Amino acid sequence: MNRDMERYKEFTRRAFIVGLAQTALFGTLAARLGYLQLVEKEKFQTLSDRNRISLRLIPAGRGEIMDRFGVPLAINSQNFRAFLVPEQADDVNATLDKLSKVIPVTDFDRQEVLAEIKKHRQFTPILVKENLTWDDMARAELNLPELPGVSMDEGEVRSYPFGDATAHIIGYVGRVSESEMTNDPIMMIPGFRIGKSGVEKKFDETLRGVAGQVQAEVNVVGREIRELNHTDAKKGHRLTLTLDADLQMQCQEMLKVEKSAAAIAMDAHTGEVYALCSHPSFDPNVFSRGIPADLWEELLADDTHPLTNKAVAGQYPPGSTFKMVTALAILEAGISPGASVFCPGYYMLGKQKFHCWKPAGHGTVNVNGALCMSCDTYFYEMGKRIGVDAIARMARRLGLGSKLDFDVPGEGAGLIPDRAWKMKRYKQPWHQGETLNSAIGQGHTLTTPLQLATMTARLVNGGKLVKPVLVRSIEEEGNQIPDWQDGKFNQEHLKIVMRGMSSVVNEQRGTAYGARITEAPYSMGGKTGTAQVRRITAAQRAAGVKNEDLPWKFRHHALFVGYGPVDAPKYVTAVIVEHGVGGAKAAAPIARDILTAMQKRDPRRIHTVDDAVEAAARQQQEKK
Amino acid sequence: MRATDNMSIAEKLMAVSWPFLLLVTAVASVGFMSLYSAAGGSWEPWAGKQLVRFLVGMAGLLVVGLIDIRVWMRLAYPIFAIVCLLLIYVDIKGHIGMGAQRWINMGFIQLQPSEIMKVATVLALARFFHGATAEDVRNPLFLAAPLGLVAVPILLVVIQPDLGTALMIVFATAAMFFIAGVSYWVFAAAGAGCLAIMPVAWHFLHDYQKKRVLTFLDPESDPLGAGYHITQSKIALGSGGITGKGFLQGTQSKLNFLPEKQTDFIFTLFTEEWGFIGGLGLMGLFAMIIVYGYIMALNIQNQFGRLLAMGIITNFSFYIFINIGMVMGLLPVVGVPLALISYGGTAMLSVLFGFGLLMSAHVHRDVKFTRRGLNIA
Repeated sequence: MNRDMERYKEFTRRAFIVGLAQTALFGTLAARLGYLQLVEKEKFQTLSDRNRISLRLIPAGRGEIMDRFGVPLAINSQNFRAFLVPEQADDVNATLDKLSKVIPVTDFDRQEVLAEIKKHRQFTPILVKENLTWDDMARAELNLPELPGVSMDEGEVRSYPFGDATAHIIGYVGRVSESEMTNDPIMMIPGFRIGKSGVEKKFDETLRGVAGQVQAEVNVVGREIRELNHTDAKKGHRLTLTLDADLQMQCQEMLKVEKSAAAIAMDAHTGEVYALCSHPSFDPNVFSRGIPADLWEELLADDTHPLTNKAVAGQYPPGSTFKMVTALAILEAGISPGASVFCPGYYMLGKQKFHCWKPAGHGTVNVNGALCMSCDTYFYEMGKRIGVDAIARMARRLGLGSKLDFDVPGEGAGLIPDRAWKMKRYKQPWHQGETLNSAIGQGHTLTTPLQLATMTARLVNGGKLVKPVLVRSIEEEGNQIPDWQDGKFNQEHLKIVMRGMSSVVNEQRGTAYGARITEAPYSMGGKTGTAQVRRITAAQRAAGVKNEDLPWKFRHHALFVGYGPVDAPKYVTAVIVEHGVGGAKAAAPIARDILTAMQKRDPRRIHTVDDAVEAAARQQQEKK
Repeated sequence: MRATDNMSIAEKLMAVSWPFLLLVTAVASVGFMSLYSAAGGSWEPWAGKQLVRFLVGMAGLLVVGLIDIRVWMRLAYPIFAIVCLLLIYVDIKGHIGMGAQRWINMGFIQLQPSEIMKVATVLALARFFHGATAEDVRNPLFLAAPLGLVAVPILLVVIQPDLGTALMIVFATAAMFFIAGVSYWVFAAAGAGCLAIMPVAWHFLHDYQKKRVLTFLDPESDPLGAGYHITQSKIALGSGGITGKGFLQGTQSKLNFLPEKQTDFIFTLFTEEWGFIGGLGLMGLFAMIIVYGYIMALNIQNQFGRLLAMGIITNFSFYIFINIGMVMGLLPVVGVPLALISYGGTAMLSVLFGFGLLMSAHVHRDVKFTRRGLNIA
């Protein structure tokens, strides 16, 4: 008995200790539970949601690009695609066999598909083939019961109805590269294509739209159970360009007679670009669908540079097309329009001899005659008198020497040299001989065709500081064409220069008389230019070697800037034919054709899409 | 209650602690509810079967409880021996499920001898210490016999391998020793010894067991592999908040992010749906069962009964602490189910059998007997 009492006492003691221990343990558990559920609740709630909620992006349609009349230049066309879901196809290879009887499936395609299947879960659809024709699609759809796991789908692919004619302006789209990645979630969508060149690139953010989102609940293997939330995708804005598609086509055709050329057709007052062509060009549709490597290599190696937009990026010495700048600078400096210079075919600067293009010389010429016959000697003498800095200043006022913020990327800046520039660049002082070269648009001077057209526009529109514009309006943002400032040029001087330009074409002694417009009532004025690519040595000159005898790439470039009609100018153009030898021979005829076409079509008078819409809206209002 | 040699069935039934059984049923019901939710709102495939097992188990509990405690004392060693034999059988020729030999397929039930071993150990040790005096117990050499006895099943379980259950048998043994009055020094020495042996023991662990311990110490190191269970469990638990996501609304469990939700991680499922309030409530129910068991144990007049009762209740509490501690990331994943709630036949029956013994000890609490099990007045 006693022993039992002892044991009982010990027992109760021990039981008590165990009880305490258990209470402590319970307390710990309760505290831990509280910690997880009360203190760290937010964190776990987030993790729990992150587990089960997945975000799927909805692609947004890309905005179209239209010309001024609503003619589509870049659209989204149907991209018929075939998909395969591996877990629904009992035997993937057998299904692919059957599928290849209906649509074209190459061995390469097969390999790609099998490789992709390994990388994804069995219920993910794998792309087998895209850009199928309507017939392929229809055939596949008909045979679907025999093709388990195969599904057809319609996606969007960017398409350019005018092909190579608009390639340099519109550009093309392609897959996003590493360096182009941003935080925009739309880039995560596999089918997304980003603008790579031209307007597609410059206005990519406007065109691409905003991706939509689906929030879905998923289980542990990622299968969607239900949709929680839905935000629609927003289509990109539509762009209306100043371009006239018809004119663009015509211009591109005109350039095709040459090996390598570029041209611009622009409005003298508003700066609207009606056509901008660079030849040779490329087919952007091939790029949108994925260009084969060998074609790409070919394009890169071609020495006529089909991928470069020469109208905008090509930098050439302007040659004699620059003489209006010098002429205006001369008049501005106070030299009388009647002041004349005698041209014996050359000019002596100290002991150095500078040649005029006409070895026999032009005789006595004033500014009008000098422009008309493109006499170098006149400009050598007058240019020397006013100095290169004055010429450079005038050049800049007329839009040369810097980028024009054009709506197509890749603009060349050109170069207008002056004393300060030479010192900075070469750490050497300016020589007067270089002034002579600058006066006739040679030497260091470089311009792009775009700049030359702008210069011409400013000369003929009364001196407004117009700039070339390509985008007429952006959907929802309205009209994009600004009002241009007055350049405060002397109107008399401008008139004198214009008279000079008119005589180049319309007077018999003018260098471009042979290219004048004979079709009434159209008319044009302008200026020829020949840009030296390589100096003719004295020996060659003595031997009578002519430029056109040299190999192609050593021949001079041919330039022409023009405007029309002569009395009240509306349109301007700039044309360059690479290695065309003579401006009058090669470039002027093309410019004549362009100016004739522009005056015939009169794109500035024909209503644009927006005008038509506005007019209709006004009519509605008036009815009410 | 008057101490009599033999009570009638009716008297025994009156002596049964019905409140205790009510608590047990309440906890089991939480289990049915949770299994219903785990199956996505259906009695199949778990809740229904569990209910049947529970009812069978409860019937067995009453039968066991009404059997005289002295019978159990006489059967203690035989039962122990039989279960050891079953363990040997399993080790030699077991059904390979889940990468370990643990079950015997008996057709209508998968029998897991290691689960029953926990109760059998308690039973055997209670019997042993009932015959020991207070001095005996203070003598460390005296302990060689029971240690040797218990070493057998422990080793048999360890080589299955089932570290979790082996540990539980060790804990049950330690608890029995402690309650029986073994001196504190022995425990201190044993503790020191364990610490010393740990580096050696580590070496003997299987790779996956090592991984479990390492992952426990740093679950983030392998969140998709070994750490997945714990990470998911904590996420599900934590996101339950104060009131939970609602019955049948546990997203982690429903969407299958939570693994083993009907077995090891059922507590997580429950608290994801019922929140802190639910979790605390359930733990409260468990606590009440344990407290009741305590009170019952303290009122028993014989050593065997006392030891048996405390052993059973302490063993039960180990299930709770280890399982809940595990799902909350306080302990490594050792595969111990939550008693009465986790889906599993053997665990349920084993626990209810234990409670039956507890009930027997309680019903026959006024019976006094000598060390030899004879009745003396």
